[in-house]
Amino acid sequence: MAGTLLFNALREAIDEEMAKDSRVCVMGEDVGQYGGSYKVTKDLYEKYGELRVLDTPIAENSFTGMAVGAAMTGLRPIVEGMNMGFLLLAFNQISNNMGMLRYTSGGNFTIPTVVRGPGGVGRQLGAEHSQRLEAYFHAVPGIKIVACSTPTNAKGLMKAAIRDDNPVLFFEHVLLYNLNEELPKGDYICALDQADLVRKGKDITILTYSRMRHHCLKAISQLEIDGIDAELIDLISLKPFDMETIAKSIKKTHRVIIVEECMKTGGIGAELISLITEQCFDDLDSPPVRLSSQDIPTPYNGKLENLTIIQPHQIVDTAKKILNKGI
Amino acid sequence: MSQGIAKASNQSTTGALDAGPHAERLSNLLSAKRANCNREIGLDLFRDMTLGRRFEDKCAEMYYRGKMFGFVHLYNGQEAVSTGVIGAMKKKHDWFCSTYRDHVHALSAGVPAREVMSELFGKETGCSKGRGGSMHLFSKEHHLLGGYAFIGEGIPVALGAAFTSRYKKDALNDKSSDSVTAAFFGDGTCNNGQFFECLNMAQLWKLPIIFVVENNKWAIGMAHDRATSDPEIWRKAQAFGMKGEEVDGMDVLAVRGATERALQRARSGEGPTLLECLTYRFRGHSLADPDELREEKEKEFWSKRDPLKKLEKDLIESSLATKEELKAIEKEIDAEVIDSVEFALSAPDPNPEELNKYIWAEKD
Ligand SMILES: Cc1ncc(C[n+]2csc(CCOP(=O)(O)OP(=O)(O)O)c2C)c(N)n1
Ligand SMILES: [Mg+2]
Repeated sequence: MAGTLLFNALREAIDEEMAKDSRVCVMGEDVGQYGGSYKVTKDLYEKYGELRVLDTPIAENSFTGMAVGAAMTGLRPIVEGMNMGFLLLAFNQISNNMGMLRYTSGGNFTIPTVVRGPGGVGRQLGAEHSQRLEAYFHAVPGIKIVACSTPTNAKGLMKAAIRDDNPVLFFEHVLLYNLNEELPKGDYICALDQADLVRKGKDITILTYSRMRHHCLKAISQLEIDGIDAELIDLISLKPFDMETIAKSIKKTHRVIIVEECMKTGGIGAELISLITEQCFDDLDSPPVRLSSQDIPTPYNGKLENLTIIQPHQIVDTAKKILNKGI
Repeated sequence: MSQGIAKASNQSTTGALDAGPHAERLSNLLSAKRANCNREIGLDLFRDMTLGRRFEDKCAEMYYRGKMFGFVHLYNGQEAVSTGVIGAMKKKHDWFCSTYRDHVHALSAGVPAREVMSELFGKETGCSKGRGGSMHLFSKEHHLLGGYAFIGEGIPVALGAAFTSRYKKDALNDKSSDSVTAAFFGDGTCNNGQFFECLNMAQLWKLPIIFVVENNKWAIGMAHDRATSDPEIWRKAQAFGMKGEEVDGMDVLAVRGATERALQRARSGEGPTLLECLTYRFRGHSLADPDELREEKEKEFWSKRDPLKKLEKDLIESSLATKEELKAIEKEIDAEVIDSVEFALSAPDPNPEELNKYIWAEKD
C-alpha cells in the first residue's frame, strides 16, 4: 500500500498552504535546514527560502512573541515547538499575547497563528519531554486547541488551522508520526471544531483524543468479542468541545468513559466531565468515568512509564464494570 | 580619567555628584549630533510634548477624582523620548510598540486624545473599546502594536513587526517595504531575557527595528545600578555586533538626531539600533506609588532639565518661535485635553451584551 505517513501528511498540508498563500511562514528551532525534529518541514527550506522557513535561535518566548507581532502585521506564521514542552517558556506569549490580545485590543488585531509540535508520553523520553500541555493551556481564552490522531485528520486539520484567523494550538503525538494511511485525494480540510465519530455503538460512549484513540480502538475490539458495542468519539477539538456530537452520543448510550493521556487533575477530562454533568445529567444511567494518566512526572523506567498512562485493558475493564458484565 | 575631563568641560555638572550616578552619566554625556530643526518641526515637537505633558497631568486629576481605575503609569519627564523618536518616524507606516506607560506613545503615534482618554475611562469609544485600559492601548489604524503590561513581552512583538517588514521586502519582493518598528521599554526591562534574545535575532537577521530604552533610573523601587552589572545599557549592543547609542533623553532634538541615524540604518538594510535615552520620570512609578525612595536632590537635578522647558528655550533663543506663540499652543492643547475629557465623560460604556465580543476573529 502506498499511503502517507502522518508526519508527511502534516508536511503536505504546510507545503500546500505555503504554496497557495505567500503570507504563510514557518518559524522555530531546526525547522529549516534540518527539516524539523520530526521532519514535518523537510525540504520546505529549500523550496521557500530562509525567511519563509525561519531557523530561529533557541529562544521560545521571543520567537513565539515574534510570531505574534508578525501575525499582527499581516503574516500567518506557524510556530514549531521542537517539543511542545519547550513552549512552557512561551506560556506568556501563548496566553497573554495570542489568547488575550485580540480581546484586550478591542478587536484591533487578529492573531492568525498556528503553534504546533510533538507532545505526549513517548518511549521513555523522561518527564520533561513527555508533557501534555493541552491541559495546561486549556484555560487560556481566545485560543483553539486541536489534537490530530491519523494522517487524514492531521492533514485536514493542519490546513484548517493555517486558514483560521485565530491562534490554534495544534497537538501532534510523538508516537503517531509514522502512522500510515491513504489520504483523500485533492484539497480537503477537517473542521477544527468537530469531533470525529470513529465507531458507532449503542452500549457506551468512549471519548478520547490523540494517541489514546488507538488504545481505545484496541480496547473496543476486545469489548466486541465480549459482547459490548462501544461508540468511540475522537474529540479532535479540545477547545471548544463539540458538545453537540458528545451529547447526541450520550443520549443514545447513557454511559460515558473519558480516556485521556493528560494527568487527571486539571485535565481535559476534568473540564469535559463538568460539561457532561451540566448538560447531559438526565441522560446518564451511571456516573461518568475518567481514565487519565497518573498525577506524577512521567518516569523514565519503561515499566513505570506504562503504569503512568492508561492501557487498553483498563479501558476494557472499566467498560465492563460500568455495564455490569463482570471482569 | 577621560570621564573627569568630560565632566570638567561640561557646564551642567552642577549638583550631579549629589544627585546620583544616573545624573552623573547625563552630565558626562558627550553630546551627539542633534537633529536639524526649523520652525515647523520645532512647533510640531513642542505641540506633541505639550500634549503629552498636559494629557498626563489631566489623567492624574481624573484618577484622583475617581474617573479612571486600575494602575495608571504617567510619562511626565520622558516626553522628549516619545516625541523625539516617533516624531522622526512615518506615522501610519512605521510601527510603534509600547509598555504599560503608553499614553504618550499613543498620542505621539497620532491616536486622538479623545480615543485615549475614553479608553482610560473604560468607554466604548476608547482605542481598545474599553476592554484594554491604561496599560493596553492599541490602534491598528495608527500602527500602535499595543501597550503591554508584562515586562519585556512587547519586545518580541515589535521584532515580529520588523520581521514582517523584511519578509515583505525580501520574501515577497515588495521593494517598497521599508517600515521600521520602534520598541519602547525601560531600564529594568533590559535585565530580562527577551531583551537579549531579541537583540540577537534583530542583529542576526538585520531587522529594521529601533530598541528604545527609556532609562529613567528606576524600576518601581529598584535603582538601575542595583539591578544590572553594567548600567550603560547602550554598550550591551556591542556584544551582538549592533550599533548602540546613548543620548540625552531630556533633549528632544538629541533624541530625534539619534533616531534619524537609526532610521537611516534600518531603512537601508543595515539593521537594528539600541538607543539608550537617559531620562527621568517626574512622578511616582504609577499613581498608586508613594514614591518614598527617590532623593530630593536627584529629583531636583532632573526637574531642572525638564525637556519641555529645554525645547521652549531652544525655540525662543534660536528665534524659531516667540513665547507668545508657545503660550498660544499650550492654550490650544489645554482645550484639546479638556475636550477629550468631556468626550470621554459623555461617551457610552461598552454594551454588556457585547461582553464576549472580540474573543474570536470575525468571519468576513
Ligand atoms: C513580568 C513582569 N514582572 C513584574 C512586573 C511588575 N512591574 C511593573 S513595572 C516594573 C518596573 C519596570 O521598570 P522599567 O523597565 O525601568 O520601566 P519604567 O517603569 O521605569 O518605565 C515592574 C517590576 C511586570 N509588569 N511584569
Ligand atoms: Mg525605569
